[in-house]
Amino acid sequence: MAAFPTSAPASAAQREAAPGLRRSAWLALVLLVLSALLLLVGASVGSTGWESVLRMRDDPTSWQIVVDIRLPRSLGAWLAGGLLGLAGAVAQGLFRNPLADPYLLGSASGASLGSALGLVLLGSSVTSLNLLYRLGMTGMAFVGAACAVALTVVLARNVQNTLRLLLAGVIVGVVLGAMRDLLELRHPDILQAMQAFTLGTSAFVGWEGCALMAGVLLVCVLATWCCARLLDGLTLGEATAASLGLPLAPLRYGLVAVLALATGTSVAQTGLIAFVGLAAPHLVRSLVQVGHGRSTVLAAAMGGVLLLAADILARWLVAPQELPVGVLTAALGGTYLLWRMHRSTRSAGGL
Amino acid sequence: MQTPNSAALSATNIHAAVHARPILQGVNAQFAQGRWTSIVGPNGAGKSSLLKVLGGLWPAAQLQGEVALLGKDLQRWPRKQRAQALAWLGQGEVVTQELTVMDVAMLGRLPHQPWFAAPSREDHAVVEQCLRAAHAWDWRHRPVAELSGGERQRVLLARAMAVQAPVLLMDEPLANLDPPHQTDWVDSMRALTAQGITVVSVLHEISVALLADHMLVLQAGRVLHQGRCDDPATHAALEGVFDHRIQVRAIDGVWMALPRTATVVQAPERLR
Repeated sequence: MAAFPTSAPASAAQREAAPGLRRSAWLALVLLVLSALLLLVGASVGSTGWESVLRMRDDPTSWQIVVDIRLPRSLGAWLAGGLLGLAGAVAQGLFRNPLADPYLLGSASGASLGSALGLVLLGSSVTSLNLLYRLGMTGMAFVGAACAVALTVVLARNVQNTLRLLLAGVIVGVVLGAMRDLLELRHPDILQAMQAFTLGTSAFVGWEGCALMAGVLLVCVLATWCCARLLDGLTLGEATAASLGLPLAPLRYGLVAVLALATGTSVAQTGLIAFVGLAAPHLVRSLVQVGHGRSTVLAAAMGGVLLLAADILARWLVAPQELPVGVLTAALGGTYLLWRMHRSTRSAGGL
Repeated sequence: MQTPNSAALSATNIHAAVHARPILQGVNAQFAQGRWTSIVGPNGAGKSSLLKVLGGLWPAAQLQGEVALLGKDLQRWPRKQRAQALAWLGQGEVVTQELTVMDVAMLGRLPHQPWFAAPSREDHAVVEQCLRAAHAWDWRHRPVAELSGGERQRVLLARAMAVQAPVLLMDEPLANLDPPHQTDWVDSMRALTAQGITVVSVLHEISVALLADHMLVLQAGRVLHQGRCDDPATHAALEGVFDHRIQVRAIDGVWMALPRTATVVQAPERLR
């Protein structure tokens, strides 16, 4: 080993792309094409099948089915999956744990408590398409998620100790879950509507919801892209990250905010959808090895593709009825993780 | 700039504790500019803790005393400037498996970059130099997940050197390194000090620690001795702190720490 350079040798190497970067570009392309294809399929699958697409030029009902119902809910499923995938990647980076899940900080139970409260206060007409009602319910779920994360941060005293943060998240999750159960016991009339929420569904997502989720996704992607190298630095451990002068506290607060915003928005629109946030970053990491900047964006795209594919399956498997998409993601995601675990124990590696 | 041999880093009357359990008790130490000092002592003597205090990484609430970096109180340095002036290599740094060798080394340039900017040409040049010095340049695009422990340690060394700080603190830098790479590391420490850079390293390999300029011997949270590595008083302190289970001898002009075992087996006897 020699000492530091005194002059800067010009290097052609800095412009040559690493294999990881090339592969991530390919993966991004594949995910984009898949997303476009799935959106097309999503517009054609439903209780009335292809006919609606074929007749939509002449028949206003078919037009309405495709443009006002299928397209927004397909796009909505993609966006919600994107938000969950991004939140999962951020959570796994923040907690330096590949099994971290976007719902860890209590946002899921906060959102369900918020929804339950909303149903009690606003009435439990789950099928109401009244805009004001939907906005109110979305707002309640979001406020619930945000309050739960805030409570977790307060209980953990600050965001510096990630272990305390995790524990506080679990405690908040349990306590808020119990409060929701109590509420459901007192008001059994909300049970059916709550079931739709806890199982997760894209059926109620309209264009307004899509616009909201797209906006939030854009903000969150930009925010994580900007701190991606700081997240990379965080992986060197607490002491080294501090020695590199990283603003650890603001960084963590910012990431927790991104986590709360992304999960809160997605849960408010589609209810609790399991495993997408956990599996999407995993899948990305098993395909390409890149830093947090690229892997977060890829995880978002992967989450979108996963949830949209699951949503299409949920609509198609038992058509003209449909399965709650959350049930399907839980079954598929659980199987995937089991398979990964099986494979990694055989190769004696970690997850 | 400091005059030669003035202290680049100094600790005055340091008391540090963990949950009210004292770890360091009144430590005073001076680290001369452009010199390599090794910190040695038995397990639990407070070596890593002292290094953390010197690096400003000890929680302020559990710390008394003053650390001065380049003549200025460590607490009064702006965070980013301090990160440029003081590089740190921790014990068992973990890295996400996804980053490549190049990515990890580039993290050492973070103190020199605006938070949201991409690495500059100069950053790339410095990282190339450090990775070449660590013999890691040829596999710079490999993910660290694929590396052996020793290879990974060399990448982390390159990461710490890429900071280009005038003061470099290293905790167990030789972990997992094979003898040729240990020798490389010693050579690079000599090259660094020749450039006026101050190096402080916690070392378990006493024979390597004896290759430094100065040695700080710690025992139970106190400084037992600080002196030159070729000073017989240092050797005496070293032998004492390890209960005379080692002996310091010169072999071909190099000071070595040899084990003083109860039963010494002579090589020829084993052949009989």
